[in-house]
Amino acid sequence: MGLETLFGNSFLTTRLDEAINWGRKYSFFQYPFVTACCGMEFMSAWASTYDIARFGAEYPRFSPRQADVLFVVGTVNEKLAPVLKRVYDQMCEPKWVVSFGVCATSGGFYDNYATVQGIDKIIPVDIYIPGCPPRPEAVLDALIRLQEKVSRESVLDKKHAR
Amino acid sequence: MPVENILETLKAKLGGKVAETHAFRGDDTAVIAPEAWLEAAAFLKDELGFDFLMDLCGADYLPREPRFEVVCHLYNSKTNARLRLKARLPGARPELDSLTGLWLSADWFEREAWDMYGVDFKGHPDLRRLLMYDSFEGHPLRKDYPLKARQPRIDHAD
Amino acid sequence: MERPAHELPKNWSLENAGDGRLLLNMGPSHPAMHGIVRILLSVEGERIKDADVEIGYLHRGFEKTCENVTYNQVIPYTDRLNYVSPFINNVGYALAVEKLMGIETPERCKYARVIMSELSRLTDHLTCLGASAMELGAFTVYFYLINAREDLYRLTDAVAGGRITPAWSRVGGITRDLPDTFAADTAAVFKKVRANIADADRLLTRNPIFNGRLRGTGKISREDAVSLAFTGPVLRASGVPYDVRKASPYLVYDRFSFDIPVGDAGDNYDRYLVRLEEMRQSMRIVEQALKQIPAGPVNHPGYGVTLPPKEEVYGNIEALMAHFKLTYEGVKPPAGEVYQAVEGGNGELGFYLVSDGTGRPWRLRVRPPCFTLTAGLGRLIKGGYIADIIASFGQINMIGGELER
Repeated sequence: MGLETLFGNSFLTTRLDEAINWGRKYSFFQYPFVTACCGMEFMSAWASTYDIARFGAEYPRFSPRQADVLFVVGTVNEKLAPVLKRVYDQMCEPKWVVSFGVCATSGGFYDNYATVQGIDKIIPVDIYIPGCPPRPEAVLDALIRLQEKVSRESVLDKKHAR
Repeated sequence: MPVENILETLKAKLGGKVAETHAFRGDDTAVIAPEAWLEAAAFLKDELGFDFLMDLCGADYLPREPRFEVVCHLYNSKTNARLRLKARLPGARPELDSLTGLWLSADWFEREAWDMYGVDFKGHPDLRRLLMYDSFEGHPLRKDYPLKARQPRIDHAD
Repeated sequence: MERPAHELPKNWSLENAGDGRLLLNMGPSHPAMHGIVRILLSVEGERIKDADVEIGYLHRGFEKTCENVTYNQVIPYTDRLNYVSPFINNVGYALAVEKLMGIETPERCKYARVIMSELSRLTDHLTCLGASAMELGAFTVYFYLINAREDLYRLTDAVAGGRITPAWSRVGGITRDLPDTFAADTAAVFKKVRANIADADRLLTRNPIFNGRLRGTGKISREDAVSLAFTGPVLRASGVPYDVRKASPYLVYDRFSFDIPVGDAGDNYDRYLVRLEEMRQSMRIVEQALKQIPAGPVNHPGYGVTLPPKEEVYGNIEALMAHFKLTYEGVKPPAGEVYQAVEGGNGELGFYLVSDGTGRPWRLRVRPPCFTLTAGLGRLIKGGYIADIIASFGQINMIGGELER
């Protein structure tokens, strides 16, 4: 006898935003754009010890067309920059971007001819995770913050439209 | 064949084409005249049994002339001997014979040296950039290439 | 010097596929390419006729950057070369600088370095086997092996204050000694790691699907492997028993008894078996080292090499000056050049270091073990099926950081 039987054949009122955002934030399909060292901590966050599945974001989609959240995990250099842009462009709205680790955020301590000084030079970013690499706890924290951010959005927003 | 002193054997074989030898910290090193590069490498591989080309890289000694060096590290898996072989190349037109005919591993090593230092390897089957992208101008590991010089961002090509 | 820029191999074009062949692009963003390698395939049906591997998507200018920082500042960068076995990298680099300076570290430091290097080898092989099993569909194995890795990360965290990027070695020593409870903690962790490896072993080694995917695929002959300068588990799987730890022992590797597993078929299955056995040997080494490790200092006593103890920095002028000079100018090895090889997770990891007598390296070249492996990848997969690429690429254990630096 669950909660649903209590209401019987009745209905529930809520705001459309709340209902949709509730669904969106607990079922992120992520695209792991893994390039470098941070990928190791991404693997840790994903495996059973830290278990990202508890937050509804365990399922990676390697096709950008099926993903909602782009995790840019690791250094992006000039040669890879157009690839990242292409992957981002192929994702459907609504979409969010998480910059994982300092290299993706700012280039980190690689300030030279080859590296891009932060992926926000190429694509918009929603959440930045500090750390070189971030510990899995930081990844989970970022995920919760992203969920909070999503729950504040409105379906009427044109945030991502361009 | 076991060889007690590789550097002496090499000198006896190549004579004046061995420009310099030293064994700093126990690393046997021979500097070979560029024109004898292939001959020396073939001798070391075929006669002295250096079956591994462990590493090959470039180096830039600006403002010295000859400016560039190509350095390779050979290893003999039977006798456990190691040897460093170097050639000094002029800054204006650095070119050297390719070792791809002797060791397969020379292929990518030489492509990287071309990419990073602009050393032209004569006889390499397909010398093109390895790490940098096509439209990149210059050779980034040269000492006169600034560390933080940024080039225009490239677009995606299919 | 004028060479035409061309991204495709000679005589290749994207349009020219009139003879029934198809050009297929894999990567760089592809789930099995570990993010950053692109393979251009020329296929006839499912068969690979020709392959061109393109790298450079993680080139971060390591070598150029290192020419512009002091010797000790290079150490954090070395962590990020092979980020699944960071200790081996920074120990190898420290050994190269010490060879250049002609100094030796105290006994306890050598043992500690061996122990941490072997723990790194364990994390490397666990990650390699876990990820490659996952890519072949054995997801459970991934969880078992990553759990074992997680326990090892806690150990390295306790020693170095970092899970993946410890920056633990210094020229002439290490940042901190092993903690007091280390031997007991290691024994407890190894018990779990052994159980996890045994689980993976039972799930994979005689598994018909796993055997079908790995046996006979990605084969390479002994001669080709030598000519391509393969090293490490991939070379040993081809039957060449070359291991730097045995061939030219560094640190104190000559004081332990351990075996070098060697395969004979040179295929992916042998690579898997070699790695599995190497993990057990690594644990043997660590256990012997923990029994033998002497008490005593861990850092070279010279003020010109390692930072003086803090109480002396505050208490006497010479130590204060040494601290200042070492921090600002760095250690100053004599002018010269050395090559130091260590056995990395993937094979011979070499550092070629040229000094001009100042506090910064003139040239620092890394001989990354998986560079030659990836160079040979095209040869490994040619003639096989597209699906075999996944198995071969997984067993090559390509690590972008050290491959492209």
